[in-house]
Amino acid sequence: MSFSLSRLCIALSAGLLACAAQAGEVQIAVAANFTAPIKEIAAEFEKDTGHKVIASLGPTGGFYTQIHNGAPFEVFLSADDATPERLEKEGAIVPGSRFTYAIGKLVLWSAKPGYVDGKGEVLKKNAFKHLAIANPKTAPYGAAAIQVLAKLGLGEAVKPKLVEGANIAQAHQFVSTGNAELGFVALSQVSKDGKLTEGSGWTVPAELHDPIRQDAVILAKGKDNPAAQALVDYLKGPKAAAVIKAYGYDL
Amino acid sequence: MPLSALDFAAIRLTLELASLTTLLLLIIGTPIAWWLARTRSRLKGAIGAVVALPLVLPPTVLGFYLLVTMGPYGPVGQLTQSLGLGTLPFTFAGLVVASVFYSLPFVVQPLQNAFEAIGERPLEVAATLRAGPWDTFFTVVLPLARPGFVTAAILGFAHTVGEFGVVLMIGGNIPEKTRTVAVQIFDHVEAMEYAQAHWLSGGMVLFSFLVLLALYSSRRFKPGLS
Repeated sequence: MSFSLSRLCIALSAGLLACAAQAGEVQIAVAANFTAPIKEIAAEFEKDTGHKVIASLGPTGGFYTQIHNGAPFEVFLSADDATPERLEKEGAIVPGSRFTYAIGKLVLWSAKPGYVDGKGEVLKKNAFKHLAIANPKTAPYGAAAIQVLAKLGLGEAVKPKLVEGANIAQAHQFVSTGNAELGFVALSQVSKDGKLTEGSGWTVPAELHDPIRQDAVILAKGKDNPAAQALVDYLKGPKAAAVIKAYGYDL
Repeated sequence: MPLSALDFAAIRLTLELASLTTLLLLIIGTPIAWWLARTRSRLKGAIGAVVALPLVLPPTVLGFYLLVTMGPYGPVGQLTQSLGLGTLPFTFAGLVVASVFYSLPFVVQPLQNAFEAIGERPLEVAATLRAGPWDTFFTVVLPLARPGFVTAAILGFAHTVGEFGVVLMIGGNIPEKTRTVAVQIFDHVEAMEYAQAHWLSGGMVLFSFLVLLALYSSRRFKPGLS
């Protein structure tokens, strides 16, 4: 009796140890435009692996500064490819861990149904008062929007009407509250399963701007965390891919 | 100095915004503070609480509500549109309106304290000398409350200069219209332009310190708002 009890104890504690080793935690920094998909992906990831995801959502440039100043992030999902590349050059990531997890699509969007036509002619008519974009200096979607306007030869004409959000989430907020009649936002913000959830929009042809590659990396802090590696593997897998595509990103 | 023309434009805009806001707040805040100091109304507590709200509310709350109410579908936005003024977000006027709300307690509370400190006696004396209410206010109350006005003006100005969240949420970051120093610093940090961020941030620290030094060194100032 006592023998079997002690065996049970050993078996139990071994099981607990194994659980502790398996169910880890990973702290991640995520670009604001990827808010909705990462929530869905993280929920499925937690269900499938038992690991817990602690996500901070925010601006890419801000995260860069925080990472260099000791932020506890282990995985970083950037809104661009330049910032992860820079972190890689600076030796702040696990070598070879950089990969493109999504390619962003730009859409000219209005909260008003029928306001934006299927070809973006509304831009040339120039009858609006405010055109919202993300800050082109710091947000890739903003930089892409400026390239589109330049390609269409409208750069100068609409310049006085541009209002900048600090990031793409704020640009979307300006348009959704009607303060700007229209704006360039991420397709992921206004569509689900290939359809606009509200308002009207023109998905900008990809050749009008440089591709908006969004890269992810494992940061130096996540080097020895199996949960960090597991999340990255999961992001590259088919389940995450389905979610990412459903939110209007390319892969 | 690595500051660009846009940096200087942001500094100029911030000073204009803070000056205009302070002027308006002294005009709006004086009657409110006077009423709060003198009234026996049961509404005193409620009005005092509303005035103090910006002290505790996150600027994001104020910014969000202003964006929604001043937007084309909001009540204020519909009013301004029907008056032919357009909507206020993304304009300098919009920032002024937001700053008046944001800095209101910093002006009203020192004034209220100053008015309360005067007490009944000087007013009664003025009344026995047949001074009317307006006469009393301008010849007795204003001179006696002068330190309160100085404190209110300094705090209102400095607090408006330090405003960030509200401006970010309703400004739209337009150079020379809504891009203040605080937003410009945020942009520099976001764009990893640390040299410019340092110059502007260092300037803000120095400015704020000097303002508070002037305030705290003046003998009549008692620290604390209420």
